[in-house]
Amino acid sequence: MDTLMLSRLQFAAAVFFHFIFVPLTLGLSIIVALMETRYVRTGDEIYKKMTKYWGKLFLINFALGIVTGITLEFQFGTNWSRYSAYVGDIFGPLLAIEASVAFFLESTMLGVWVFGWDKLSKKMHCAAIWMVAIASNLSALWIIIANGFMQNPLGYVMRNGRAELDDFLALITNPYAWGEYAHVLTAAYLLSGFFVMGVCAWHLLRKKEVDFYTRSFKYGVSFALIFSVLAALAGHAQGNLVAKLQPAKLAALEAQWNTEKRAPLHLLLVPGDAEKGNLVEALPIPGGLSFIAYNDINAEVKGLKDFKPEDRPPVAITFWSFRIMVGLGTLFIALAVFAWIKRNDLVNQPRLLRALLWVIPLPYIAIDCGWAVAEVGRQPWIVHGLMRTKDAVSPVEPSQVAVSLAAFIVVYAMLGAIDIYLLAKYAKKGPVH
Amino acid sequence: MDLGTIWFLLWGVLWAVYFVLDGFDLGVGMLAPVLAGSDTEKRILLNSVGPFWDGNEVWLITAGGVTFAAFPGTYAVMFSALYTPLMLLLFALIFRGIAFEFRSKMETPAMRSLWDKIHFLGSFLPTLLLGVAFANIFQGVPIDKNGIFQGNLFTLLNPYGLAGGVLFVLAFLMHGALFLACKTENPIRDRAIRVAEKLWAALLAVAVLFLVFSAVATKLFLNYIENPLLFAVLALPVGGLLMQRVYIGQRRMLAAWTASAVTIAGVALFGVLGIYPALLPSSLDPAFSMTIANSASSPLTLKIMLTVALTFVPIVILYQAWVYKTFSHKVTEKDVDYHEAY
Ligand code: HDD
Ligand code: HEM
Ligand code: HEM
Repeated sequence: MDTLMLSRLQFAAAVFFHFIFVPLTLGLSIIVALMETRYVRTGDEIYKKMTKYWGKLFLINFALGIVTGITLEFQFGTNWSRYSAYVGDIFGPLLAIEASVAFFLESTMLGVWVFGWDKLSKKMHCAAIWMVAIASNLSALWIIIANGFMQNPLGYVMRNGRAELDDFLALITNPYAWGEYAHVLTAAYLLSGFFVMGVCAWHLLRKKEVDFYTRSFKYGVSFALIFSVLAALAGHAQGNLVAKLQPAKLAALEAQWNTEKRAPLHLLLVPGDAEKGNLVEALPIPGGLSFIAYNDINAEVKGLKDFKPEDRPPVAITFWSFRIMVGLGTLFIALAVFAWIKRNDLVNQPRLLRALLWVIPLPYIAIDCGWAVAEVGRQPWIVHGLMRTKDAVSPVEPSQVAVSLAAFIVVYAMLGAIDIYLLAKYAKKGPVH
Repeated sequence: MDLGTIWFLLWGVLWAVYFVLDGFDLGVGMLAPVLAGSDTEKRILLNSVGPFWDGNEVWLITAGGVTFAAFPGTYAVMFSALYTPLMLLLFALIFRGIAFEFRSKMETPAMRSLWDKIHFLGSFLPTLLLGVAFANIFQGVPIDKNGIFQGNLFTLLNPYGLAGGVLFVLAFLMHGALFLACKTENPIRDRAIRVAEKLWAALLAVAVLFLVFSAVATKLFLNYIENPLLFAVLALPVGGLLMQRVYIGQRRMLAAWTASAVTIAGVALFGVLGIYPALLPSSLDPAFSMTIANSASSPLTLKIMLTVALTFVPIVILYQAWVYKTFSHKVTEKDVDYHEAY
């Protein structure tokens, strides 16, 4: 394999792994902060116990989020140096702002929160976790603005043989980035909601600490319900932007080969290739695709055949990832509604509880599929329409990347195993008395 | 001063701040096998840097981020040229970071001792690698006119590079020992002071050697000869080193730690000022070096970044200082009983 392929694999492995931890950090930090706020307001010790218990799980997760993030920051230089030199004028500042505005606050305040229980007033201590939550969510904004530039480059001019910043405001108000931010945050919150519900379910099935876990469950189910609906809405809105700004990605999402007016949405579809068309195409909803992409059943949808072969994204991965994400998203809404209805009578719902336990991994899968849609669907571009991925890679020896890739796989598999072990251990242990 | 030069100086200062801050917690990690006997003592050491280490590490992310933002050309060439050492550094830092979180969550002594070793290596390797990397940057690395690195890991392990590695290890050990002398009580404090006393002679010897070696193996002094006022900067490491000894003798440990901070920052600034206006000199031909002129961002980006840095870095310094003040007590067994402690 060449340096390009190895670097792509390595980057994908590193970023997928990082994003196993990120969404729980984003959502659970807020849930823990809400619990502690309740404790400060009411003085009720059970909320302190809840804060500490969920905070512990939060910390185990956070530790891995941080260490896996650092490698990413440096990989732009180690593996994508040509990219870094070409768009660094725009991309670099976003990463540097993320660090100085968000990461410092997040990491410093986390230390304060962990070690400050008996050093700070209750209010100050609670403020610390809010800072962590706010800073984490801010950091997500900056990195997504950076990613938004790669999806929909704005605010630059070509000068001195590279892309240079021209309009900072345009860069940071990129509608694509804000749409992405809304969708990623809502997805992260819904994941956190399902995580909390799943852990509660384990204990409620065993009828342990029923009061503690029923109350915790309510935080989880609120997050899951509100944000599974909002995630779907934000996803739909983002789909409309994709249709407008990245028509090749849209065509790949739907395995649409020919340009069509009033394009149908096939309920049963197995994508094929440009030569033979799709393998299976059945149950069309007339105008369905035109409608979901453009909110107009007569709109024209451009097919992949009207893009040059070298400009077409891989269809199968994009297509299937999209199906899995949307399918799971629908399931989440249904489950969250059901869990909400039963929220006051949980111990008598063993089937619901068992289902919730097994659902914990599904939002993770949905989120990773979402990124696969966004990132694989953007190929062959690293910056859409501006720079191709193959021109972005560093001039390093393939052997070096092969070794680091192998190291990533081994080390990350180990870390993942330890993380799951510790999370399960502390989740099962229950609150401390 | 033009924007490029301002950013060059800020770039150097950021690395210096990073070395000063992460230096002591890396040092504590390296000292743990010698200074701590029992499990409780090990935990006292971990918790002495507990509230700080993560915030300190963000200075590394920021130094990297600023290299990217202000000098993307240098970022691209430097990080791909140093591919393997950087990957090693990152993996080592991963292990160090999770060792904090995981060690005390392990039940058996065998597992704890395994994580102790991991924590040691995760502290030692980054220190050594940073020293080797920066000495090589001071000396120049073989990059050609396309910014492609003509060498391998062993090219970097040249005598001057290794001297830099040893210097960093000793300096961070000293920095960590002095930190522990401030943050712990006897018997750890006593041991830390004794280690610091022993280290000092070695550190002095290596520092002098490094300085002389720099005159022989690098072009760092050219800038100094051209602009003799710069020699004043050498007062930082030299004065810092001497004052360390004085303060250790007087048992004024916070002052000694401060002197050690000045020493470390001084060594970094000495090198950075020596390579100006290059950020990554080429050892093949000065024309191939990555410099302010051929690698800086556009003036607009530099201006925006300057606004961001001048607004947020002071705020960061304020709240980090507040954290150091809030957690300035001596760490004892009582702290280890604390529910959230490492
Ligand atoms: C949508 C959110 C999101 C996305 C897409 C990414 N990250 Fe991330 N990152 C976070 C959200 C986040 C976070 C929530 O802020 C983390 C995760 C867990 C944590 O502790 O902080 C974090 C941690 C984190 C850290 C450690 C910060 C610290 O020490 O406090 C670094 C250096 C990065 N990330 C860098 C990156 C890079 C270079 C990415 C792109 C390829 C990236 N992250 C994708
Ligand atoms: C955290 C969630 C993310 C995931 C799971 C993810 C996933 C991926 C995947 C799978 C690829 C490979 C596509 C291919 O080569 O076919 C890729 C490419 C890329 N992504 Fe992301 N991405 C994420 C976020 C980001 C962000 C936030 C950025 C930048 C700010 C980014 C920058 C890149 C770059 C530079 C590439 C090109 C290298 C490559 O093709 O592998 N990614 N990403
Ligand atoms: C249920 C309806 C959903 C729809 C219509 C939808 C739609 C979309 C679309 C069109 C994209 C591609 C955007 C792009 O290429 O930039 C996307 C990306 C993504 N989706 Fe979804 N999605 C849905 C549900 C979910 C769920 C349930 C999750 C996770 C729990 C999720 C997580 C993501 C993520 C992380 C991305 C990548 C980031 C981005 O580009 O916004 N989505 N989604």
